[in-house]
Amino acid sequence: MADVKKVATRTGYGEALRELGALHDNIVVFDADLAGSTQTAVFGKAFPHRHFNCGIAEGNMMAAAAGAAAMGMVAFASSFAMFAAGRAYEQVRNSIGYTQLNVKIGASHGGISVGEDGASHQCLEDYALMRSIPGMVVMSPADEVEARAMVKAAYEHQGPVYMRFGRSPVPVFHDPDTFTFEIGRGEVMREGTDVAILANGLLVAEAVEAGQLLAQRGISARIINMATVKPLDEALVLKAAEECGRIITCEEHSIIGGLGDAVCSFLSETRPTPVKRIGTPDVFGHSGPAAALLEEFGLCAANIARVAEEFSKT
Amino acid sequence: MTANEKKALRINACKVRMGIIEGTYAAKSGHPGGSLSSADLFTYLYFRELTVDPADPQKPGRDRFVLSKGHCAPGLYAAMALRGFFPWEDLKALRHIGSHLQGHPNMRSTPGVDMSTGSLGQGVSAACGMALAARLQKNPCRVYTLLGDGEIEEGQVWEALMFAHHYKLDNLRVIIDNNGLQIDGPVEQVMSSYPILDKLAAFGLEAVEIDGHDFDALEGAFAQAETVKGRPFAIVMKTTKGKGVSFMEDQVGWHGKAPNAEQYEQAMAELKASLAELEGE
Repeated sequence: MADVKKVATRTGYGEALRELGALHDNIVVFDADLAGSTQTAVFGKAFPHRHFNCGIAEGNMMAAAAGAAAMGMVAFASSFAMFAAGRAYEQVRNSIGYTQLNVKIGASHGGISVGEDGASHQCLEDYALMRSIPGMVVMSPADEVEARAMVKAAYEHQGPVYMRFGRSPVPVFHDPDTFTFEIGRGEVMREGTDVAILANGLLVAEAVEAGQLLAQRGISARIINMATVKPLDEALVLKAAEECGRIITCEEHSIIGGLGDAVCSFLSETRPTPVKRIGTPDVFGHSGPAAALLEEFGLCAANIARVAEEFSKT
Repeated sequence: MTANEKKALRINACKVRMGIIEGTYAAKSGHPGGSLSSADLFTYLYFRELTVDPADPQKPGRDRFVLSKGHCAPGLYAAMALRGFFPWEDLKALRHIGSHLQGHPNMRSTPGVDMSTGSLGQGVSAACGMALAARLQKNPCRVYTLLGDGEIEEGQVWEALMFAHHYKLDNLRVIIDNNGLQIDGPVEQVMSSYPILDKLAAFGLEAVEIDGHDFDALEGAFAQAETVKGRPFAIVMKTTKGKGVSFMEDQVGWHGKAPNAEQYEQAMAELKASLAELEGE
């Protein structure tokens, strides 16, 4: 995918907000002094009277967004994933989750690919935190096209949504003219029968590339984009387990509590299937360029292919 | 306010206090102390101040009330029941399995509850979001929120007040029940939130201190709030925790404890005597 256009998924978030804002008066957007980074500033420039900077106060932002939603607005609230899901967890849980209000959390800078800022800003726990809240939809798009579609689906969805976007530019491989997005539906990127690789976020492109590498080695890998972590597309996971017999999950998240755990939990109770989880192990990250960190933690096509090749021999 | 109107409020406040005792006794748990200190405020809000309609609890233009100190739900519920949002008998199912009256307010179960609260410091933020949205929607409603003097130790409260001032939320009424006691002891010993009035002023709010058991003072404060433009209004109510039940007054132990059968009888006897006295006036 070296020659394809690369755009950060957070860019799609900002653009989609702007497009939605033009169509719907009931959208308000909150940010916590990161509007330039999260891209909500794109909405703010177009609709300044509906964009509210809360300053560096994420707890207040989340509960204020809930209050706006209680008045019938659809409130988007944004910060870095670390602060949106981490610092403000309890506000999200009690003021947004428990109330089932129409707050859509747009969290940017998720995962290890935040890079140079280091461990304090590399959120590897947000899926785990957000998945544990009843009724919370948890998603992360694979590219900018999917990001836009996801934001629009989040607007239409009744109830709380958590979306994680990335900092780094990633390949755009969906066709904006034909792509459709549905919450809770996985997307088969490549058919295969030896092993199924389920990925989300920037790892979808890596998994697709791994699928090509594996094909060259005579291994038929099914590649699935699991943009929605919760609710899990159980039918698609079950089908992959039945038809491939081996599952690999790939996510820019701790192996504790994310997509991998969701898949393992589901399969262990329905159709026990061998699973390998690719993600960050139970450690903190550190500073460095995004690409180097992704490679170090095995979040790259070469490692996915290596794990899949070994796994398919078992 | 006429003498008769004030008398009616005092009678209702006494009934609200009885509802607090009924509820916490039936629940065998809950928070009577702060509910009693805020009972006059709850009564004033639901019988004089809020533009709410029990027959249409979701009316779009209604005033909103967010009980940021959500543990004082027994007081809120008693006032709402008395106002007709749901049957008085429901108070006896407070905190029971299947009851719509949860331990802390739940907007999804109780008609007329505008925001789910209980985790301290969050309700005031939600009230700010409501006030902001109301202004965008050109909704003339006011948003009222009640906090405790211990609750304001939460940093989020000050994030919210900064926000309320920054966005000039003059449709917001922030009320602080300054009964002086929190779970672990006197506020000034646990973690002093004083001087409250000075802090509110420093955060840009127009703030007044009143006797929270004085209906004339409440009326005056809410009337003053209407005259303030461009910034939020705050009322610090000096109150007595446990007000109206002799053995609960100013006792830290009654923050979160239910009366036993003997204490229930005594409390109800006192309140019934107060009610008879008020009705006989």
